[in-house]
Amino acid sequence: MIVGNRKDFKEILEKLGSRRRVLVLGCNECVTVCGVGGEREVGVLSAELRLYWKKEGETFEVREHTLERQCDYEYIDQIRGFADEYDVILSMACGAGVQYVAEAYKTKLVLPAVNTTFLGVTIEQGVWSERCQGCGNCILDMTGGICPIARCSKSLLNGPCGGSSGGKCEIDNETDCAWQLIVDRLKESGQMERYEEILPVKDWRTGREGGPRKRVREDLRL
Amino acid sequence: MRLSYPSNVKVVKLPCTGRVDVLLILRAFESGVDGVYVAGCMEGECHFLRGNLRARRRVEYVKGLLEEVGLGGGRVEMFNMSASQGQLFAQFAREMTERIRSLGPSPVNKNVKREA
Ligand code: SF4
Ligand code: SF4
Repeated sequence: MIVGNRKDFKEILEKLGSRRRVLVLGCNECVTVCGVGGEREVGVLSAELRLYWKKEGETFEVREHTLERQCDYEYIDQIRGFADEYDVILSMACGAGVQYVAEAYKTKLVLPAVNTTFLGVTIEQGVWSERCQGCGNCILDMTGGICPIARCSKSLLNGPCGGSSGGKCEIDNETDCAWQLIVDRLKESGQMERYEEILPVKDWRTGREGGPRKRVREDLRL
Repeated sequence: MRLSYPSNVKVVKLPCTGRVDVLLILRAFESGVDGVYVAGCMEGECHFLRGNLRARRRVEYVKGLLEEVGLGGGRVEMFNMSASQGQLFAQFAREMTERIRSLGPSPVNKNVKREA
């Protein structure tokens, strides 16, 4: 899933400036699961705004609304009936959702309430961890199912580096060394011969380095 | 036991403090209360094992939110006591009442007329 962090309340207030009619817009997908932008978090941020403005003695209107997704036009269209009543749409979706809402409501100010951070997994309730960087040419078959692009601090294709110590990465002793994990996993699954193969220099053009990406499936188009 | 505790304390009964949610506390502040405290069982003695530990974490989280919005984290607290410790219940009620009194009315209500 896509994982993010809520922006600081102070930053959100600054970005809102003098606007007091706010539509706080949540998304029911990834950001709900990682506890940053679903219906509940929309409730928390809205309550914070109301408490703050009440305290300041201001007049305001905060509306809470959560869409099934903010990355599909059909859902975004559902707020067309009332979006115009607000000065600003405060989107709690990932960066893709924020942009798609802004694209659909061209005359509206759309602000992000979330810092989108990574593609990852739920380690346990309340804990998430990065797993993939969408490089566009997956090499997990070569690395025992552990991604060195996303999980090695240096994205080394032929690691580990000299900083690997006691299974931990040199950046801090909380972070596993991805290459230690890869070697352990290759051993466990009887694939150590893979480790002898030197991975060639990666062609990064399939990733972000090749520019914005787009996918088309002709057979699915209407 | 006929113990008295301050009459300004309004009790909201829940099956377990594990039911206490961040939003629940925020709603109370929105409705105009000056402070909220959660009275849970002793740590390690939760009938549902971790309900009171979770409640404590949520109370801590709300403290942060209240700081952010300028109400101050001191307006929310978590206390632990067993069902047989009525004395403690009354003592915490007094303690919290004193604390809130010294903090004054919630600034959220400053534009609302209060009863004398
Ligand atoms: S190799 Fe690329 S696609 Fe595969 S998990 Fe890593 S970043 Fe993602
Ligand atoms: S210690 Fe391991 S994870 Fe960290 S940079 Fe070196 S090889 Fe990568």
